[in-house]
Amino acid sequence: MNEFLELFKEAIEREGEVKMEDNFRQYGEWDSMAYLSVIAFMDDKYGKQMEEAEFKLLQTVRDIYNFCTGE
Amino acid sequence: MAFLQYEGVGIAAMSAAVPKNVIVNREYTDVFSKEEANEIVDKTGIEQRRFADENTCSSDLCFAAAEKLFIDNDIKREDIELLVFISQTPDYRMPATSVTLQHRLGLPNNTIAFDINLGCSAFLYGLSVVYSMMERSNLKKALILDGETRSKVYSPRDRRSAFLFGDGGVASLVERDPKYGKSTFSLNSDGSRADLIMIPAGGYRKMSSAETVVERVVDEYGNMRSDEQGYMRGGDVFNFVIREIPRDIKNTLDFAGNTIDDFDFIVFHQANNFINSYIMKKMKMDAAKIPSTIAKFGNTSSVSVPLTIVSEMKGKLDGEKEVLMSAFGVGMTWATAIVPFVDCVISDIVEVENGHAL
Repeated sequence: MNEFLELFKEAIEREGEVKMEDNFRQYGEWDSMAYLSVIAFMDDKYGKQMEEAEFKLLQTVRDIYNFCTGE
Repeated sequence: MAFLQYEGVGIAAMSAAVPKNVIVNREYTDVFSKEEANEIVDKTGIEQRRFADENTCSSDLCFAAAEKLFIDNDIKREDIELLVFISQTPDYRMPATSVTLQHRLGLPNNTIAFDINLGCSAFLYGLSVVYSMMERSNLKKALILDGETRSKVYSPRDRRSAFLFGDGGVASLVERDPKYGKSTFSLNSDGSRADLIMIPAGGYRKMSSAETVVERVVDEYGNMRSDEQGYMRGGDVFNFVIREIPRDIKNTLDFAGNTIDDFDFIVFHQANNFINSYIMKKMKMDAAKIPSTIAKFGNTSSVSVPLTIVSEMKGKLDGEKEVLMSAFGVGMTWATAIVPFVDCVISDIVEVENGHAL
């Protein structure tokens, strides 16, 4: 889980802390380009892909974690 | 799997034209801040683009490229028996731009001329169409003109597309000769994703009206555009590319009995550096074999593959070279091509202003 948080933080180039319960859409770093990085991150590290319509339903970092790890 | 193979047809010579006007993205700050511009450039790798002025169309860029091609290669105009113009930014809704270029270039009336409208993968589609017609006929020479002015398509007030696109035109001379050997094409389409990249208005589904030219705020980021301007859903385009492009390249290599190491050059559609670097990394490709014009010309749609060849491979196509091409875009359509080059003559790039070569 810590590894996921580190990789996610790196992917979106966030300087502050990243916690599971955070709403990532409220990060200052979150924009359409950070979204592209997260798509690459999910595919590269977890072999997972998700269409934008589905991704729009995700709110917290944990939502992404659950999708990536299949939990 | 829709694979096509041809024997003994190849590209003998190529030339290109770009508008003189250079847009420096880090200084493209009339609408967005310097900070935003820098952030986008850092991510996309697109430093500069060329923008056509109001008197320059795709056809003008192609005309300038073709004249250069004729002069540099001593081509007799009456030997051109097939002219295909590839573009989604033609001069008119009718007639076809290829036909106006037949006249403007002084080609004879028995020239076969038509347009192909497809988007970013269209050079590979066009090459396949021309190779097919050349292989099965006695046509002496064919001319492929591929031009786009995407700068006129996208809103400068939509940051998702404002920094990406540029203009250019390329002319390619196709000939029959046994020296070219075998080429292989894989051409694909998925119309269920037609809404990922689109200009909704101006066709006959939603005809131009006072309504369609009104710019509106279209999302939570304050991006603005009208229905006459293009939009792109970048996230799903990227999802699509990750899924389809590596698979298509692999299938084409398998079909042709090649491995990725067999190629001297791999030429990708120049979408942006983020997407292209990701594909290269995912497919473990050798970056030294992959020329790029993303930094200097940006995304020129269908022109990007041939423009990259003209810009980056001059002097590198002596003797026999195996080239893999891969392109994807609006439609969605995507294509992979294995094309042998044999002593291909590449001209210097011409600059165009007010519709004329400088």
